[in-house]
Amino acid sequence: MKLTKLLTTAALALGLATGAMAQDKLKVGFVYVGPVGDGGWTYEHDKGRLAVEAEFGDKVETVFVESVPEGPDAERVMTQMALDGAKLIFTTSFGFMDPTINVAAKFPDVKFEHATGYKRADNVSTYSARFYEGRAIQGHIAGKMTESNIIGYIGSYPIPEVIRGINSAFIHARKVNPDVQFKIVWAYTWFDPAKEADAAKVLIEQGADVILQHTDSTAPLAAAAEAGNIIGFGQASDMGEYADGPRVSSIIDNWAPYYIARTRAVMDGTWTSTDTWDGIGPGMVGIGEITDKVPADVKAEALAMKEAIAKGEYHPFTGPLNKQDGSAWLAEGEVADDGTLLGMDFYVEGIEGTIPN
Amino acid sequence: MLKLEKRPQPSKAWVWLAPVVAVIATMIAGGALFALLGKDPLVAIRTIFWDPLFSEFAFFYRPQLLVKGAPLVLIAIGLSLGFRAGIWNIGAEGQYIVGALCGAGVGLAFYPMEGWFIFPLMVMAGALGGWAWAMIPAVLKVKFGTNEILVSLMLVYVAEQLLASMALGLMKNPEGFGFPGSRNLQQYPSAHNAELIAGSGMHWGVVAAMVAVIFAYVLMTRHILGFHIRLTGEAPRAARFAGVNPGRLVLICLGLAGALAGLAGMFEVSGPAGRVSIDFNVGYGFTAIIVAFLGRLHPLGILMAGLLMALTYIGGEIAQSRLGLPAAAIQMFQGMLLFFLLAVDVMTNYRLRLTWREVA
Repeated sequence: MKLTKLLTTAALALGLATGAMAQDKLKVGFVYVGPVGDGGWTYEHDKGRLAVEAEFGDKVETVFVESVPEGPDAERVMTQMALDGAKLIFTTSFGFMDPTINVAAKFPDVKFEHATGYKRADNVSTYSARFYEGRAIQGHIAGKMTESNIIGYIGSYPIPEVIRGINSAFIHARKVNPDVQFKIVWAYTWFDPAKEADAAKVLIEQGADVILQHTDSTAPLAAAAEAGNIIGFGQASDMGEYADGPRVSSIIDNWAPYYIARTRAVMDGTWTSTDTWDGIGPGMVGIGEITDKVPADVKAEALAMKEAIAKGEYHPFTGPLNKQDGSAWLAEGEVADDGTLLGMDFYVEGIEGTIPN
Repeated sequence: MLKLEKRPQPSKAWVWLAPVVAVIATMIAGGALFALLGKDPLVAIRTIFWDPLFSEFAFFYRPQLLVKGAPLVLIAIGLSLGFRAGIWNIGAEGQYIVGALCGAGVGLAFYPMEGWFIFPLMVMAGALGGWAWAMIPAVLKVKFGTNEILVSLMLVYVAEQLLASMALGLMKNPEGFGFPGSRNLQQYPSAHNAELIAGSGMHWGVVAAMVAVIFAYVLMTRHILGFHIRLTGEAPRAARFAGVNPGRLVLICLGLAGALAGLAGMFEVSGPAGRVSIDFNVGYGFTAIIVAFLGRLHPLGILMAGLLMALTYIGGEIAQSRLGLPAAAIQMFQGMLLFFLLAVDVMTNYRLRLTWREVA
């Protein structure tokens, strides 16, 4: 407990010492799991950081540390930021959950925002995006566009978030194309261009002509471009540099509005611990430009679905839906509740293969 | 003209001078790199090497040096025994993972029972796990003459898959809402490798690392086994004549290295890390190879090298956050350390001679 006391005193002393200065300059810290140049997950979080700087100018100072391993290293980086006077810290990976909670307990005056986790405290909020809404649109386009009727899917880890995406894409691909099949490869990484490219190649060799990815690099798109006649989607970021090639659309994580709102809340003293799970409607999930490779009618349908989801008129998980084993899940017209979605550990009916564990 | 001339005996002075020269060369080259990135090189070097030790918040960073350095030292000590004898265990990362899994597995199996015996059992399981994983390349080498470098390295990737499988399946926290990762052992008092004195960074892993340093020192200087290890590394033929059984030596060296790496993993998972997660391993097993060589394969050298390496990690993070240095620059900086060490090491076995080209 001595350390806790010491740290709190130090933080307090620092708060007092720099109090006059801090009044007009809020220090905001960002802890990233990957490099800011990954072109996907971390890149988009860093765009959110830059948006905070652009919005508040001289009133904020942002700091970040990239490629932080999940575990004790993350804990040290967060502590270091808090000691250096950060009053708001965004920790942008699921694996930072326990470290965030630990550090937050030592710095009650510092606000923490943890992405994609489920543990909160008085000074820890959580936030995530409903990526599955974007997956529904992807699935629709993929189901319409495939000629081999084989859609390849590169999964990162078999966790609820990824399984949710697979289910959402599959449901909407099957809806427009009853013959469609999903081939799923697990890469067991979020970011490893070499492994991701290998996974894409394996799927293409197995006949897939559409590649969906839930990993963060552009390597699968590069592999698709090399193979030719394959389409894919940008993941986490627009990946627009492949728009002339395989990329027909993308799911974009747009953290900027949230980061700006939370920073403002700290400045105004209105910050409270919350749990945010936003989708296309509030703008946390964006759908990247659908290219001309997609026929006009398919594009119109996709945009209509996006509109309906944004307005809350359509939920991607609407019954009737069965689980993979054939047991009933959602009745006609029934909508999945968030609890089930958050802990999703089953495939829907029609997907072949089992979830590894 | 400068000429390299082989020394009849490796230079004793250069053996110890080389790491110091390498560190200085790294500072100079690293400083140049930072300057090219538009940062003040002196400030950057000071932030990395000085601030963690003597700045305003050193009370937090100094204990962190022990936390970060202990697994490095523990693993490097084990590796150095084999390296001395020419037995190349490159797979400490895998042994570290398996040790952590075995240790955590025992702890989780007893949850939520409390008892003094749980933690010692976990320690034993961790050491045994690492030992068993190292025995695979050892036995294959002794029985079939396989290459231990390849086998131990490949087993790292097997261990990583095993880790992912455990975090997603068998050891998944039943109260974790389906998310991967085990229960947090920090919240399970009987299994928690807590700080022995709060705020000191001292946990059982640090104690184990220090014991390992002393043990290795005595072994190498006073014990017949240490003599055999050195003899095998320096003169394998002579060793055979002296009655050293090479197979036995392989089993002992790989076994000890595996057990120590397993212990490091176990202390990490039950202490600073707290839980089995997919990305639990962060490369200690590979960094320890650098530490072992930077420390000249000598126990005391390894202790210093481990702390130095920990310092560059901690200082590197501070430099990233305060100065906005990219992580890749810090990693390059750490890489330079080994690069310069290997380069300067030439001086141990060769000497520079100024010669005048003779007119033909």
